[in-house]
Amino acid sequence: MPEPMLSLAGLVKRFGGLTATDGVSLEVRPGEIHALIGPNGAGKTTLIHQICGALAPDAGSVRFLGRDVTHLTMHERVASGLVRSFQVTNLFKRFSVLDNVALAVQAAAGSSMRFWTPVVRDRSLFDQARSVLARIGLADKAGVAAAALAHGEQRQLEVGVALATRPKLLLLDEPLAGMGLEESERIVHLISDLAGACTILLVEHDMQAVFRLAHRISVLVSGRVIASGAPDEVRQDAQVRRAYLGDELAEGRAA
Amino acid sequence: MPGVALPALALLIALPLVIQAIGQPFYTVLASRILIFALAASSLNLLIGFGGMVSFGHAAFFGTGAYTVAILMFHGVDSAWIAWPAAVIVSALAATAIGAISLHTRGVYFIMITLAFAQMIYYVFVSLKMYGGDDGLSLPGRSALGLGLDLKSDMVFYYVVLALVAMTMVLLGRLVNARFGRVLQGIRENESRAAAVGVPVYRYQLVCFAIGGAMAGLAGALAVNQSGLASPNLLYWTQSGMLMIMVILGGVGFLYGGVLGATVLLLLEEVLSDYTIHWQLGEGVVLLAIVLYAPNGLLSIIRRKAPADA
Repeated sequence: MPEPMLSLAGLVKRFGGLTATDGVSLEVRPGEIHALIGPNGAGKTTLIHQICGALAPDAGSVRFLGRDVTHLTMHERVASGLVRSFQVTNLFKRFSVLDNVALAVQAAAGSSMRFWTPVVRDRSLFDQARSVLARIGLADKAGVAAAALAHGEQRQLEVGVALATRPKLLLLDEPLAGMGLEESERIVHLISDLAGACTILLVEHDMQAVFRLAHRISVLVSGRVIASGAPDEVRQDAQVRRAYLGDELAEGRAA
Repeated sequence: MPGVALPALALLIALPLVIQAIGQPFYTVLASRILIFALAASSLNLLIGFGGMVSFGHAAFFGTGAYTVAILMFHGVDSAWIAWPAAVIVSALAATAIGAISLHTRGVYFIMITLAFAQMIYYVFVSLKMYGGDDGLSLPGRSALGLGLDLKSDMVFYYVVLALVAMTMVLLGRLVNARFGRVLQGIRENESRAAAVGVPVYRYQLVCFAIGGAMAGLAGALAVNQSGLASPNLLYWTQSGMLMIMVILGGVGFLYGGVLGATVLLLLEEVLSDYTIHWQLGEGVVLLAIVLYAPNGLLSIIRRKAPADA
């Protein structure tokens, strides 16, 4: 078995009396799409925050590519290839679509302590940004302000901005949130497309999408991982069925 | 806006000749004053409009620059080549120290903490009896520039100020459009996203804060040369407020917002105070009208805001 790309060991996060993350241990293997599912309030987003460095855990450790990153800042983790997207669309709204992606490319390209040469002359920056746009299917919207995009397109751009930093592990926090059927389909295709290029940890509510995409699934309930394994194992797991999946699981199998 | 900048520069170069022709030499002094404040306001605009840092203590750096020149001259160092760079460096260091602490806060807290630091420095200078305390420190003359240029001449002084302000504006224009400026504007637009794509937000904001402080220090060094008095009032919070009004008036986040704001505000003051001692009332009315009509500043009327390449 290959060494895990990301491993969480005994992560704990408390907010006052509430234990949002209750001793989570989890492994993401290189190259897989690993889905993290769980009912609302299970602590998925809190967990994502601890993985990407927005929140410091009260106990436990986060290892990425064999290195302990528990105490690294967010930008240090991004530099090592651990990048997130956001559940609520979080873009540079007044920037054009192209500039949104170009800024991410620039951030990944090393120090921006350059004070003289205009960015617009930076061909390679914008070439890379355009190729990301082509990949996420927004090439024809390059000049549009991010705020002016339709919701579905903003979700695509959300993934694109994260992608532009050349992640090794991409944390996708509910990429399908609030999307129509057709838009969802586009994102699902995009994610399965990306799978070759980077490892993905996918937090998602849409069970159909999860069972179509994921190589492995972990189930988070009340801050604990109650099951982790291949989709079929998770589907059969009695504890999971009781705690969470129920009817939705049946739907997932029917589809 | 290179299409406007060059003709404007030509106009400013020709201005003293026009002023001489109409026999009103005082206007050269006024023009220098406007340029100096244009520089100070532009440095604040860098922080607010590009870096997203609403500093309410910018006068601290302006005043620090002024006092650096005054204190050096008090101790016999009157060379502009020493005193002016010293003013820039001391102000930049002050900004680095204040920024390093203040930038751990956000929003209203940032406004309050920068204000508090500026007031602290104000009281430091008030209490320095050796350097004039409350009354300020008056200068025996202007800095010595050498090169056969005598800054005592208001016209020579004007051209030196114009050259420095023009150069700084060129630097500023390059900076905000370079990678550094792009990152800054990304932070201003969406700080959490900037961090999520790997931008060390604090580091860039601190460098920006220091650059803004350095520019304000240069403006202060020029201002004290013109007025001949380094007074604690230069650091008072009302001075910070005036710089902020200039920026808001001209247009936050427009490269020439500070320049236009300083020009309009100081000209308004000049014209109105000719007519009445209650000129501040008139100024208030005009400012109110401008803010109501153009909430994003005067430049927003003529130019659509394009934040990514402003």
